[in-house]
Amino acid sequence: MFGLTPTEWEILGLSLKVTAWSVLCSLPLAVAVATLLARGDFPGKSLVDAVVHLPLVLPPVVVGYFLLLMLGRRGPLGAFLDEYLGIVVAFRWTGAAIAAGIMGFPLMVRAIRLSMEAVDIRLEAAARTLGATRFRVFFTITLPLTLPGILTGALLSFARSLGEFGATITFVSNIPGETRTLPLAIYTQTQVPGGDAEAMRLSLISVVISILALVVSEWLVRRASRRSQGHDA
Amino acid sequence: MLNVDIQTRLGRFELAVTFASDAGITALFGRSGSGKTTLVNCIAGLVRPDRGAIEVNGECLFDSSRGIDVPVERRRIGYVFQEGRLFPHLTVRGNLNYGYELARPNERYVSIKQVVDMLGLEHLLERRPANLSGGEKQRVAIGRALLASPRVLLMDEPLASLDNLRKGEILQYIERLHDEITVPIVYVTHAVDEILRLAEVVVLMAGGRVISTGKASEIMGRPELRLHTGIFEGGTVIDAKVTAHDLQYELTTLEFAGGQLTVPGVDALVGEPIRVRIRARDVSLALTRPADISVLNVLPGRVTEVSAEQGPSANVRVDVGGVTLVARITRHSVARLELGAGREVYALIKAVSFDRHGSGFA
Repeated sequence: MFGLTPTEWEILGLSLKVTAWSVLCSLPLAVAVATLLARGDFPGKSLVDAVVHLPLVLPPVVVGYFLLLMLGRRGPLGAFLDEYLGIVVAFRWTGAAIAAGIMGFPLMVRAIRLSMEAVDIRLEAAARTLGATRFRVFFTITLPLTLPGILTGALLSFARSLGEFGATITFVSNIPGETRTLPLAIYTQTQVPGGDAEAMRLSLISVVISILALVVSEWLVRRASRRSQGHDA
Repeated sequence: MLNVDIQTRLGRFELAVTFASDAGITALFGRSGSGKTTLVNCIAGLVRPDRGAIEVNGECLFDSSRGIDVPVERRRIGYVFQEGRLFPHLTVRGNLNYGYELARPNERYVSIKQVVDMLGLEHLLERRPANLSGGEKQRVAIGRALLASPRVLLMDEPLASLDNLRKGEILQYIERLHDEITVPIVYVTHAVDEILRLAEVVVLMAGGRVISTGKASEIMGRPELRLHTGIFEGGTVIDAKVTAHDLQYELTTLEFAGGQLTVPGVDALVGEPIRVRIRARDVSLALTRPADISVLNVLPGRVTEVSAEQGPSANVRVDVGGVTLVARITRHSVARLELGAGREVYALIKAVSFDRHGSGFA
């Protein structure tokens, strides 16, 4: 189909799986952290803010190396997971998803936070006078009005995850069928003699997916912001 | 029904308010910055006062000495905000449903249909707030607050952002609401005409304090409060009732404690209460009942007080059947007619002097 070889299908499928999981799993956490930063007022807020932004400024290889130290089989967290829960993430696709999710996390949090800070807190007060608890206000007013930011954040994180290279190769290596995502496969092809053509094919696949993601998300964001601004959709 | 006694400090502003009201519509009246909005925010629970107590229908919502502070969502205090604050991501129907669905079924006292009919919202239900006009938004906001079945409805200058035409329209809806649904309303405003038209009891505020509380007609007519009410022009506010319409001459007859008044035709049903304001300078005095005169309103009364001010004019207070009218006439006339307390006079008021613009009617 579409003239892709089985190997290419495998690479593409793996990439999308890793990216989808990384985005889906980091999304609730990003919403929680963004809420804390947008609406919370607590000591050490700027420290949390800084830590969240670390992956954006650190070399990806460094993030990957820390992940290996922490979550590798002999790392403190990795050993715990392995021993008590039987979960191993090092050198697995799940590890690739974790690395991708962490690298995309700051972008996601930023977009959601900005959007949430723009939500009029007077609307939240109005909802409370109508009998809604804080909890209900969050899910029926704040979150729906933050939707454009959530979609933007998800797209940014999706794009970042899809292109993740440094942290992934450092943490989970470059194992065909397990952790060899699109960028890693392209890199591999450029390292073998006569791999140029294949590298180009894989690169084109990357371009197509990125453009598709951009178009779909633009459409969704526009729809969502029209709605949250109160226009008839 | 409403008992408030609170003190709070916001930056350099200090609010210390005590008042109680059993009226259907209580107006909190004062200039901007007098603390009206802070006060209603305290009642709604959006602002927590430093000290004091708030009681609604005998139920304590806040009492600092007993450590009671009922959270906003459990107070059942409806709030119509100045800017409407409709939820932009929901349709009008969604906005109306929001509080309705959260109210306990046994506490609901209006149905969605009732509110939609009363406020004329039928054709707006599927629309979203951004496409509504200012007046429509405010109607939806009123409906939304009502449908949560509140114990008290707070309205914070709901007409402030509307043009005059829309103001009149919303005022009609508010009057209708008050007639059809017996929810006590606390109405915040700095507009005299709104007070005269709606309020039964006025709580006059200035600088975070209550200056005076009382019946609207009484407070708005008190000359010593004019600095606060902004009614610099002396006059009297009278509670009257429509008794007849003369369609041929487009006149309306009103009845009040001191007798009858003939005024230009008003758009009100016979039997409806109406409030009129008579400016002091529109009232003339005569010692005998004048015949062959164009003035339609001739009311017999007795002078209670003559207050000479600086300048050529004087204010003469005349008791007409228990209602005090103020006449502003020249000192020359006071001397010529030998006016003094106890003198029997006739107060003359031209019918055409009642007009909407001079806040003749309210």
